Amino acid sequence: MARIKQRAIELLSDGTVMRVIGWEKGEGNCDWSPALFENAAEMENFVYGDYAGANLSKYCLKFNRQEGKTLVVLKPCDTLSFRQLLHEHRIDREKFYVIGAGCKGMKDEKGGLLKCSACKGKEFEVYDEIIDDEEAQKTTALMDRMAGVIELEKMTAQERFDFWRGELSRCIRCNACRNVCPACSCIKCVFDNPASGVQSKAPVTDFEENMFHIIRAYHVAGRCTDCGECSRVCPQNIPLHLLNRKFIKDMNELYGDYQAGVGENERTPLTSYTKEDAEPGIVYERGNA
Amino acid sequence: MQKIGVFVCWCGSNIAGTVDVEAVSEAMKSVPGVVYSANYQYMCSAAGQKLIADAIHEHHLDGIVVASCSPRMHENTFRKTAEAAGLNPYMVEIANIREQCSWIHKDKEEGTAKAIVLARTAVAKLLHNKPLQAGTSAVTKRALVIGGGIAGIQTALDVADAGYEVDIVEQRPTIGGRMAQLDKTFPTLDCSACILTPKMVEASQNEKINIISYAKVEKVDGFVGNFKATIRKKARFVDETKCTGCSLCMSKCPSKKGKDEFNMEMNNRPAIYIPFAQAIPNVAVIDPEQCLKLKTGKCGLCEKVCTAGAINYKQQDELIEREYGAIVVATGFKPIDPSPLNEYGYADNADVITSLELERLMNAAGPTKGTLLRPSDLQHPHEIVFIQCVGSRCDENTKRGKPYCSKICCMYTAKHAMLIRDKYPDTKVHVFYIDVRTPGKNFDEFYRRAVEQYGVDYIKGMVGKVAKEGDKLMVRGSDLINNQQVEIAADLVVLATAIEPDPTARSIGTMLTASMDTNDFFTEAHAKLRPVESPTAGIFLSGVAQGPKDVPETVAQASAAAAKVIGLLAKDHLVTNPCVAYSNELLCNGCSQCEKVCPYGAITYIEKEVRGPGVREVRRIAQVNPAVCQGCGACTVTCPSGAMDLKGFANKQIMAEVDAICL
Repeated sequence: MARIKQRAIELLSDGTVMRVIGWEKGEGNCDWSPALFENAAEMENFVYGDYAGANLSKYCLKFNRQEGKTLVVLKPCDTLSFRQLLHEHRIDREKFYVIGAGCKGMKDEKGGLLKCSACKGKEFEVYDEIIDDEEAQKTTALMDRMAGVIELEKMTAQERFDFWRGELSRCIRCNACRNVCPACSCIKCVFDNPASGVQSKAPVTDFEENMFHIIRAYHVAGRCTDCGECSRVCPQNIPLHLLNRKFIKDMNELYGDYQAGVGENERTPLTSYTKEDAEPGIVYERGNA
Repeated sequence: MQKIGVFVCWCGSNIAGTVDVEAVSEAMKSVPGVVYSANYQYMCSAAGQKLIADAIHEHHLDGIVVASCSPRMHENTFRKTAEAAGLNPYMVEIANIREQCSWIHKDKEEGTAKAIVLARTAVAKLLHNKPLQAGTSAVTKRALVIGGGIAGIQTALDVADAGYEVDIVEQRPTIGGRMAQLDKTFPTLDCSACILTPKMVEASQNEKINIISYAKVEKVDGFVGNFKATIRKKARFVDETKCTGCSLCMSKCPSKKGKDEFNMEMNNRPAIYIPFAQAIPNVAVIDPEQCLKLKTGKCGLCEKVCTAGAINYKQQDELIEREYGAIVVATGFKPIDPSPLNEYGYADNADVITSLELERLMNAAGPTKGTLLRPSDLQHPHEIVFIQCVGSRCDENTKRGKPYCSKICCMYTAKHAMLIRDKYPDTKVHVFYIDVRTPGKNFDEFYRRAVEQYGVDYIKGMVGKVAKEGDKLMVRGSDLINNQQVEIAADLVVLATAIEPDPTARSIGTMLTASMDTNDFFTEAHAKLRPVESPTAGIFLSGVAQGPKDVPETVAQASAAAAKVIGLLAKDHLVTNPCVAYSNELLCNGCSQCEKVCPYGAITYIEKEVRGPGVREVRRIAQVNPAVCQGCGACTVTCPSGAMDLKGFANKQIMAEVDAICL
């Protein structure tokens, strides 16, 4: 942590960057929040460590058209989101100085973060420099990322429906999942746009609120890097990441393994077409299984 | 509120039989926005159209809904009617209450209820319609013909005859296709080569026709009138402009293990070869799998003997990019491999052959120089059994063959039987058949001649087993007319194998977004009324690519396709569809997803200052070129923010339709 902080202060001081996106301590011990630091004095509050779970990629959107470079500290999995935003032309690589920060797996007050139990690795997809140590390069014990999805797939359609109705019934529509999601980066979200036809339709039933999550999962399909922020921030502990992982699993099975935010290819399986692509009929066949 | 008129068509009894049209038009009167509603026996008739025009004038209608057949049938008719009556043609919506309702319902109450929903849905959409103006796009006056068999050649000749340039792209080293492999043609028994090769020569000499052989179409972009194709011309390792076709190289080539594709691989050919004597272009090609020089670097004999200096071992594939106004699919067919149908023993016995192999065995340019000898021991066969419908007319569920009739086998089998009996009267010929199908000019007469004049033994029944016993093939089958099992000791067994589309057809169909049936035959725009057009505008169908056909039918269809191509190329401009996409600058993220899914390359990005309520900044935003956009709507569903929308099919309109159905 000290090395990152020191390096960031250096870069601020020598004018390489004009601001730093990082974390600062919140009210409790475990709730570190994303924060903006614009000079060395402010950097006193900068922290990095066990509770820096938040993915800072999305904050880059705000500074893309601002003067000068912005330093952003990204953990390995965060760099996937950053790369995906580059693919979508939402940020300009030249406007950012990326410090890749080694990660030993993040925590919250209850222990290890859910998203870190299915760690996607220690590789940095994008960086200007990497600051880590040997400890951070050790692979953390992995669970099967798709285990939860596989459980859901074993259910009957009715059981699955009931499961999601139950989970989503807790939703309070605080929009935290949407607001934190780096893929949910629309300048104007359809749910905030009266002309879109999906915004604030009279919630005749709570099913309309459920649809919010389903529409959101469709909107980020193929672009979601599985950063896990949606489930991390949900105050109601809804396992939203399972919706996204189901899409990812299906895409991997139908179109070959794919990780959003990796490599130079801007095309996702859903926005590219090859002659080998599964015929649409297979989707229905699988759906009935 | 708009003033909408609803016109419910009976379509005789087509609709009125299962839909209470009176009730539908009555129900429409209470739908918000509808000020007039009527029904009539045939809305597409002159009287029906007058009814519409009069109502538009009398009730000052802003838009009309015609509840009738599929928009594919009469949308244009009613748009013209509306336009003539002073209405914008895009203020017309069709509620399909025939194909999607009356034809699929038996219960009149259900049919009526659904027709009301469909009409109400069309009204809901129409309430959001805006008048649209059509533009125009230019037409590239050149046609691409994929496939250089008789179908492709005939289409090319006819299009060229009308004065337009045509490129034929043929995957093999020569044009000519399957017809070049045939010995004689039914029912007149003219020599196939004698009637085909003059056409091949004509095509090669026609200055409007450009033959690109040993090539394949790799990519097609664009749309009707404005296609852009990338063609890969494979390396022949022989300079086409220098080779004189003297074939000296062929005789000197030490590698003689290549399978002669033209002779159905029944004999070998050199690594450098010209497929057959009358090949066009008459230029050698090197098979890189067999050539010693290309494989090991040692040899180079052909280069030494070639007086024209045409050999070039370093030749590379060449990519040709050209623009076309129309594309004709003439990809033809191949016989199926009968090996999996193991009761016929094709894989195990050299003397069980396919009909196309027999064509080569009987042809003077074939492996036996036209003398009928059986492959195993090159002896003259004295007893021959023909088996029809091998892999044709199979039960689809068994997956053992094709469900369709291959159409040509009855006639060519009669031809083979007749020719053999004529040339070798000492040979006994039996034909096992399910039905003999001879509906064609002079076809039945031809078949009867085989039976009555040439004494061919036709046995109604199928064969259960072909097994080798000594040097005989024991053919066991049933004779359904005499109700008995028969066993024939044959010297040669000929399988009338089913034909299937060329294996390249599926990928070409995908490339052209031209629809195909489950058997990979291209689908026509209308089974009866538009048989040579694909539903995809600018794509035309010629020959067996569309379905099994004999030579005269193929030629007729090829000319018909040419007529359609000429009709298109004769136009200087096409009226474009005004239902194109456009992006809302204030909502656009500039994320490029729409650009990636656009099959027409109609979307580009610009940096632009965007101004709106509380917004004034430079953003990267999408722009649609309306001349290139085909209104497929892929971008609108890809756009996460809903910035992309489609005129005439706006998200709002679709939502209104869904709401009208559900609410």
